[in-house]
Amino acid sequence: MTVIKHDVLVIGAGLAGMRAAIEAARNGADVAMVTKLHPMRSHSGAAQGGINAALDEEDSWEAHAFDTVKGSDYLADQDAAEILAREAADNIIELERMGTAFSRQENGRIQQRPFGGAGFARTCFIGDITGQAILHVIYEQILKLGVTVYEEYYCTSLIVEDGVARGVVALPMMTGNLTPVQGSAIVMATGGLGRVYSPTSNALACTGDGMAIAYRAGAPLQDMEFMQFHPTTLKDSGVLMTEGARGEGGYLLNKDGERFMEKYAPNKIELASRDVVSRAEQTEIDEGRGVDGCVLLDVRHLGEEKINERLGQIRDLAKDLANTDIVYEPVKVRPGAHYAMGGIKTDVHGASPVPGLFAAGECANVSVHGANRLGGNSLLETIVFGRRAGEAAARYAKEHASPQPLSESVLQRDQALMSSLMERSHRGDGGDRPAVIRGELGEMMHHQVGIFRSREGLASALEKVRELEKRYQSVRLEDTGKVFNMDLITVHELGFMLDIAHTMISGALAREESRGAHTRRDFPERDDEHWLKHTLAYDTPEGPRLEYGPVTITNWQPEVRTY
Amino acid sequence: MKVRLKVKRHDPEAHGGQASRYSDYTIDVPEHITILDALLEVRDYHDGSLAFRYSCRSAICGSCGMRVDGRGRLTCKTKVTDLVKTEGQEILVEPMGNMPVIKDLVTDMEMYWSKMDQVTPWLQPADPGPERENLVSHEAMLDLAQTMGCIHCGVCVSDCPVLEIDKSFIAPAALAKAHRFVDDPRDAKTKERLEELSAVKGGIWDCTRCNMCVEVCPKDVRPMDRIMQLRELAVKAGVASGTGARHGEAFVDSVQRLGRLDEMRLLPASVGLWNAPRLLSEMPGALRMLRAGKLPWNHALPWRKPIAGIKHVRRLFDRARREKKEASS
Ligand SMILES: Cc1cc2nc3c(=O)[nH]c(=O)nc-3n(C[C@H](O)[C@H](O)[C@H](O)COP(=O)(O)OP(=O)(O)OC[C@H]3O[C@@H](n4cnc5c(N)ncnc54)[C@H](O)[C@@H]3O)c2cc1C
Ligand code: SF4
Ligand code: SF4
Ligand code: FES
Repeated sequence: MTVIKHDVLVIGAGLAGMRAAIEAARNGADVAMVTKLHPMRSHSGAAQGGINAALDEEDSWEAHAFDTVKGSDYLADQDAAEILAREAADNIIELERMGTAFSRQENGRIQQRPFGGAGFARTCFIGDITGQAILHVIYEQILKLGVTVYEEYYCTSLIVEDGVARGVVALPMMTGNLTPVQGSAIVMATGGLGRVYSPTSNALACTGDGMAIAYRAGAPLQDMEFMQFHPTTLKDSGVLMTEGARGEGGYLLNKDGERFMEKYAPNKIELASRDVVSRAEQTEIDEGRGVDGCVLLDVRHLGEEKINERLGQIRDLAKDLANTDIVYEPVKVRPGAHYAMGGIKTDVHGASPVPGLFAAGECANVSVHGANRLGGNSLLETIVFGRRAGEAAARYAKEHASPQPLSESVLQRDQALMSSLMERSHRGDGGDRPAVIRGELGEMMHHQVGIFRSREGLASALEKVRELEKRYQSVRLEDTGKVFNMDLITVHELGFMLDIAHTMISGALAREESRGAHTRRDFPERDDEHWLKHTLAYDTPEGPRLEYGPVTITNWQPEVRTY
Repeated sequence: MKVRLKVKRHDPEAHGGQASRYSDYTIDVPEHITILDALLEVRDYHDGSLAFRYSCRSAICGSCGMRVDGRGRLTCKTKVTDLVKTEGQEILVEPMGNMPVIKDLVTDMEMYWSKMDQVTPWLQPADPGPERENLVSHEAMLDLAQTMGCIHCGVCVSDCPVLEIDKSFIAPAALAKAHRFVDDPRDAKTKERLEELSAVKGGIWDCTRCNMCVEVCPKDVRPMDRIMQLRELAVKAGVASGTGARHGEAFVDSVQRLGRLDEMRLLPASVGLWNAPRLLSEMPGALRMLRAGKLPWNHALPWRKPIAGIKHVRRLFDRARREKKEASS
């Protein structure tokens, strides 16, 4: 058995993973990244609108932290939110100095745009390609440092021996031969899970892998019931129209041409926090004031020049995917599954409860977003907590380096799974194709675990996911080759998605209140007395076991939230 | 609507059998879908063995470059209706060119990425830098943003004719990336970069200005224009020595004489007529270009006449020279 070995392994090469790798390398660790996509293909590149930091003299990190906590509907851990806001400015400046081409003010300083739920214009941006611009610069630093990247290596499981994380199993897509990769510390940075829903703004690769891998290895997933629905996604494809469109002054209109947000959020109007805007849109649509199951996003009054400079990418996307030129017509949008607030539970150094396992970025839950994330805060989270996780992982690896080789049997479980899939297909028997199960899953999540939820709906979702899990046991593979077997990867990802969906449904069914993005029609109020607590989901053979943990409150007592 | 796809297949594990073949698919899909959607439909419901790369489906991750109907395209940005003009018309989908194929539509992009490494692809700022952010103009950053819009899909590299004959050409995408640093007011190594790009084999002087990369690029990066800007900057910086500059002079000479580019003479003129080894090494390429109709050989025949409006062209040259003289005096 050939084993690849490094001090620190980072799984995933989006912004969080690469930022972690850079910091671990700077701290003297031998780092390698394992990633199923080339780093520059990571979904961080799709982020459009911007990244938050209090840079202006009149703004303050405390105000940023407060907005974050309020946006979270008080479920965020306030110590973590403070770190996020306090360390933001230095991290943004560092990104600029690495080469990020932030849009500027007249005086040459970084320019900022208003974003939803924020009391100050504190979102830094590069047109509407913020994620891509930062992703490329961070990758340049990876090249400069010479960090090893195992590209198109699909990670299938975590190796845990005696309760300690010691490496991962990965499938190099070029060869198809499962390989153990050993590391003294492992940082999970595999991003989001949006594909559990259909439609979604997320890439086809956002299948919650790292969360499921950690969960199966014994780490708890925290607050999985909180899924953010972005107010402006395209009708057919679910592709995003950035919040920057409203930040720059765009309107949301119903079929009567009314700026309906004035009714729901008289002060912030279109720039209320996302949970508020998405609920309002869905209400308009449900009550018959929508257009084609959508509302309208109107930016015409911004003019072509500004649209090209600030919203050029979404102009192209709307043209290509919705046949609409936003310079001349409003575009139909609706709320779409966008961001997982929940994830692998970590402390403020990215450490999970499993020794040796760290996590950062969208797959982690520190928790800074609580029940609802503010736009521009998750790119920030990838940078701030990616860096912290990288540093902590390097330190841990130094202190816990173990000369002991991995046991010979680490590949057994994964190999058995792969061979059973292959055999079944060679025999020609088997049940559904993965797309069928995936389709039913996405549809069910959309309808029963969407913006508005109820006990009946969630109970039926629970039943459905159990049924799909059963059908998955005989899922049918068609490609039985070794080299670049995308069919196999898809089937494997689907297994992760089902586990993840199950934790989301269980968490949502149990939480009998409405908070942030989790809205129960049968429990419309926030209930701090019983539910100001984090949900922790643990894997068991019968499905998730739920426990609850305290929320850290430092400066801000929960208040009623209005915008 | 019904869509017919003809997809080039390659099975690296075919033992003895045929590694390459075509598969035909007819699928029923909504009108608005993209080529990528169509391929996903095939993979999901018709033939699970079809391999291709994908992720964002919104033209930002760069995964889904392929050759469609003979031209490099980003398949998630190309609608079926962009190509199908008559009912039942077939769409031909092949892997990108200029790269080895791994399986079906998946190409090995190693060469693509290694070319990036050739242009020192990171900012080399002055040391020490400012305490806070660099103070730079909004316009300078906007300029960068267009070049940085490159999603590294490889489509331009797939269709670049120079690369077909000369593997050492750094190629459009990496040269555009180089431009991004040369153009960055925060980079302190502009001159060194230009010198290197000018002197290195396969550098900025090897582009034939065919405009292909500009035409196929899905993100309007305009690689060729970047390469031309780099040439200009190299000349201005006085680092365009050797082949490059000679190429430039030969270029001017040809246009002045004939009113057009004399590609046959350009090559000997730029590498030096007595540089036999280099000339010989270019021969196979030149022959292939000839065959592909990329070298208009008849222009080089001694009895070829200048174009009709050559007088005007020459007048333009005179005027440019005069103005330059006036400006410098
Ligand atoms: C369309 C869109 C727009 C957004 N806009 C904004 C915005 O304007 N501002 C903001 O703050 N946030 C925004 N977000 C959210 C933000 O972009 C993401 O939360 C963040 O980029 C996630 O980064 P990450 O590094 O955690 O994950 P990703 O960038 O998704 O990276 C995940 C990495 O993990 C790897 N990976 C996954 N599974 C495996 C596996 N099994 N084995 C090996 N590798 C694996 C992938 O290859 C990839 O490299 C947006 C999100 C979307 C979807
Ligand atoms: S213009 Fe130059 S770089 Fe672009 S495709 Fe043609 S030869 Fe290649
Ligand atoms: S320059 Fe254009 S075509 Fe070439 S890799 Fe970049 S985005 Fe693709
Ligand atoms: S799938 Fe990402 S660019 Fe086409």
